[in-house]
Amino acid sequence: MADTIKLSRRNFIIGTGAAGLTIGILASCSNNNEDGGDPDQAANAEPNPEVNAWVHIAPDDTVTIRIARSEMGQGTLTGLAQLVADELDCDWDKVTTEYPTPGENLARDRVWRDFSTGGSRGIRGSVDYVREGGAVARAMLIQAAANQWEVPVGECSVEKGVITHGPSGNTLRYGEVAEAASALTPPTGVQVKDPSEWKIIGQPVKRLDTADKVTGAQKYGADLQMDGMLNAAIKQAPKRGGTLASFDADAVMSMPGVRKVVQVDDTAVAVVADRWWQAKTALDALPVEWTVGEGADYSSAAFETELENALTADDASVANMSGEVDAAFSNAAQTVEATYRVPHQNHACMEPMNATAIWTADKCEVWCPTQNGEAALGAASEAAGLPIEQCDVYKLLLGGGFGRRGMSDYVSQVVKIAKEMPGTPIKLLWSREEDMQQGFYHPTTRARCEGALDADGNLTAIKIRIAGQSILAGLMPQALQNGMDPFAFQGLLPSGLDERVEDQTLKYTFPALKFDHAMRNPPVRPGFWRGVNANQNAVYLECFMDELAHAAGKDPLEFRLAYMGDAPELAAVLRAAAEGSGWGNDDGKSRGLCAFYSFGAYTAACAEVTVDDAGQLKIHRIVAATDPGYAVNPQQVDAQVAGSFVYGLSAALFEEITFENGEVQEKNFDTYNSMRLRDMPEVETIVMPSGGFWGGVGEPTIAVAAPAVLNAIYSATGKRIRNLPIKDQSLRDA
Amino acid sequence: MAELKVNGQTVSVDAEGNTPLLWVLREHLGLTGAKYGCGIAQCGTCTIHIDGQPVRSCTYPVGALSGEEEITTIEGLSEDGSHPVQQAWVELDIPQCGYCQPGMIMAVAGLLNNTPDPTDEDIDAQVTNICRCGTLARVRKGIHLAKTKKA
Repeated sequence: MADTIKLSRRNFIIGTGAAGLTIGILASCSNNNEDGGDPDQAANAEPNPEVNAWVHIAPDDTVTIRIARSEMGQGTLTGLAQLVADELDCDWDKVTTEYPTPGENLARDRVWRDFSTGGSRGIRGSVDYVREGGAVARAMLIQAAANQWEVPVGECSVEKGVITHGPSGNTLRYGEVAEAASALTPPTGVQVKDPSEWKIIGQPVKRLDTADKVTGAQKYGADLQMDGMLNAAIKQAPKRGGTLASFDADAVMSMPGVRKVVQVDDTAVAVVADRWWQAKTALDALPVEWTVGEGADYSSAAFETELENALTADDASVANMSGEVDAAFSNAAQTVEATYRVPHQNHACMEPMNATAIWTADKCEVWCPTQNGEAALGAASEAAGLPIEQCDVYKLLLGGGFGRRGMSDYVSQVVKIAKEMPGTPIKLLWSREEDMQQGFYHPTTRARCEGALDADGNLTAIKIRIAGQSILAGLMPQALQNGMDPFAFQGLLPSGLDERVEDQTLKYTFPALKFDHAMRNPPVRPGFWRGVNANQNAVYLECFMDELAHAAGKDPLEFRLAYMGDAPELAAVLRAAAEGSGWGNDDGKSRGLCAFYSFGAYTAACAEVTVDDAGQLKIHRIVAATDPGYAVNPQQVDAQVAGSFVYGLSAALFEEITFENGEVQEKNFDTYNSMRLRDMPEVETIVMPSGGFWGGVGEPTIAVAAPAVLNAIYSATGKRIRNLPIKDQSLRDA
Repeated sequence: MAELKVNGQTVSVDAEGNTPLLWVLREHLGLTGAKYGCGIAQCGTCTIHIDGQPVRSCTYPVGALSGEEEITTIEGLSEDGSHPVQQAWVELDIPQCGYCQPGMIMAVAGLLNNTPDPTDEDIDAQVTNICRCGTLARVRKGIHLAKTKKA
């Protein structure tokens, strides 16, 4: 039972053969462990010419496609490979993938462009240049064959990696011309295919990274072992704004395995031991004193009062306003008002935060799961006190990301610890309790919604005042727009306000509207949490639309459709979800709808629920429709849409991070629950790409999960639930 | 020094008796298939089998073992990934990030050991693992597919 993997910069790649065999170095390593070989030798065994930055082709025709974005479960690794492979016209069964490092990217003038993986942009943000990369490589390979045959390129064609010269019938395989192709100057002006010509894009091919995930062979950051490696456990100030005052290292130095107690920085202490369990045990026994700072008094309950007051405060930024709002309310036959609230929530990735580093006076290397390899590299360089050229980051598959691993706090920490023990590999693994208490939380916001209806039940004006935390103010205040955070208005924005959020606009057309935001920032780190502010805003808009429909005495489906005249895609997904669910059926199930546009994609859901006399909720089925423009891999779109109901409904049903005296109260999954199979409804997905645009997939459906269920609960009970999570609330009037 | 039977081999480990079995498997034996997720037997990503029964190894002290028990980890579930649950998982392309899947697969394999033809109610009662990516809908389909397959 080998427990050591040798890692080096050259050989630590991910690699998955389409035949289901792992052919990257992880397999080589375990093979080498078994027969005692040298992993470096294995990595050098076969030439693998680089046709261009995106494509390597070995003599045996294995195509290695290089992937800059991070794979965290969302399937982007496979989708990006499909985009390149389709343009390349290679044999999909011979495709494997690897990550270039952020350091290589910088050294090569960022040839792979952006490594950052968030905002549901993994595919849509790179679709043009990765397809071009595949198309250019294809042109170079055909040119190389034509040169060898001394024939015009125009007489050559290619299918599944075999180039044919039409007039003579001669053939050459990609693997036979890759080396010659790699010496050619890449052509310019190469056109990518028309969607009608796609052969691999749009196909429900299997993921490339499954085989090792079902045998336990897949190594995550938490699983890394290196020769001489030590393990670190960390404790950070439990109260917001707290700092490390003192600790008594002598009290634990004699405990089994303990090597060192390290002050990581102003806010954290770590124990380094032979094994992680020893490090954690000693850390739990370590006497630590903390100083309190601003935030030590922070409590969620008090902040709720502040947010309540902000719902009517004068200081608010208006992002979207049109029509005669005041007049509509003055002339209304009926007005409706409701207040909603969504709490802080934690990402709670299954794999706790971790990273492994080796620091020496002239080099720093980090192995870690990260959504942002280049940011991780920057953090490593800064913490190492070394120029960026002397550092590199080797990305690993993530055990969940959801936005949390776009932050590099754990990278900085491991480098600071490693710097205390030069030359020794240090693996830092957070406990679940640290992960829960030291998050970058989904912001808490609430909203006051007001609507005006005329005598015929038509909506004449709508106002939404959002009060709460701004992610940009907390993480990148320089990105605020005149003090306004446009991301706070995801899904509610007017077109043309800010190109960064043009994919997050309101798709309803209302006669008059006013949406504004009163920013209130607690001493809590906010974060981008799968779906981001679309999640809260969909609850506000789409539950309130349901309230308006009922107040107007109209069918919630027809009421919504009446304002979707300028967004046929949104109307189409809403109709598809409603029809797929049997909207209007009298089958004992109560139904609720939601439709929303975010991350450039149109999504809708119809939830089917029952609530028994005791108030027990059962979510039977969700029918979900999504139009992401193009669906690169429909079965992976299905996986993301279905999975969004696990993440979104876990949040709606159970998840809340509360603070008392500056400290997170939910420290593990016993108090921060996540959905189990018994809670999980059947999900029927309708993937309906209408073409002509590239929308996101990993996040947009999260937003429709909670509102569809909340609206279905109302349909079942006549009682509105306006406060999340649903847990601990009576769903029927007491 | 304790002797354990793991995946059909007898091994010796030098660990404090209160060390959770999970950490003995991961750090002493290099079997990293079973994962750490919570440390309090909530999430199930550490699930292994003891005498064919699914056990959350993160709270199971190694000192509580006699050495006679047959311990099976995901690495020992099959030689070549051909256990019916693994076959079903590949066929339905179930894993997303995959971190919870070794525990999920071991929980499901344990369910099928006890209940070869489980109903949805059996599944709900016996498989209570957490998956944050959200594979649960396919996991249920995978269980129903796995029960039709032979090793």
